[in-house]
Amino acid sequence: MIVPYSHVLFLAGILFALGVVCAVARRNLIMMLIGVEIMLNAAALAFVAAALRWQQLEGQVFVLFIFAIAAAEVSVGLALIVYAYRRTGSLDPETYNILKW
Amino acid sequence: MTLYGIIFYILAAVIVIATGLAITRRNLVHAVIYLIISFFGSAMLYFLFGAPLLAALEIIIYAGAIMVLFLFIIMMLRVDPTALRRPSLRHWLPAGILGIIYLAVAALVVITDPGSQATLKTAMARPRALGQFLFQRYWLSVEIISFLLLIALIGALYLARAFLKESREQSEGEL
Repeated sequence: MIVPYSHVLFLAGILFALGVVCAVARRNLIMMLIGVEIMLNAAALAFVAAALRWQQLEGQVFVLFIFAIAAAEVSVGLALIVYAYRRTGSLDPETYNILKW
Repeated sequence: MTLYGIIFYILAAVIVIATGLAITRRNLVHAVIYLIISFFGSAMLYFLFGAPLLAALEIIIYAGAIMVLFLFIIMMLRVDPTALRRPSLRHWLPAGILGIIYLAVAALVVITDPGSQATLKTAMARPRALGQFLFQRYWLSVEIISFLLLIALIGALYLARAFLKESREQSEGEL
């Protein structure tokens, strides 16, 4: 007997909201990527708790896939960030306005 | 409240506080370190929920590989400490209100759903059982995800090469 399932969902929801705030409110590309990581981690937490709640292994399998997605996303995202930084010399997304008139 | 429940609430408090500190730090290195603390807490929660393999992978992949990658990039680039965006009330009020409405509705859904009141019972999925289940039932998904990782690898290599070629042409043009 650990805790009610809803408490785990609340924890995952709070973490997800923190990730959204980090992705939206920070003026820095790296912090936006970190916010996405926090959101993925919150989703994985909900999946693990669901696997325990229904005693099904599918939830844990999906967490493995979430890990792989996070790794792929972060490698491509950081490569893009480095590329953008070398072209513009800044990590502020508001300076990427070359296409603007 | 059982001992497991107390452990869960302590870990939950640590995770939320560490994540909250991480997203408000001005110094990116501090943010990443706080995030590693948060991911360690998540790994312990996985262990509590009976997923020891996932707990190990969380530490190896998230707290190890991904966060070290972030640290490398932060130390490679010259990053100025940046503040939070200036909160102009006119822009943030509608977004904040909509977000709070969503959060309230989600909390109501979770509270009123009778299925979510069930108490979690301790159980453990052995790594061997999880591996056999994964490769018997979801082997195609494993192949697809490995292709995705390969594509990500090629994409990252291509981005680095594209820049190298560009800068070489530029330097040759200057000569």
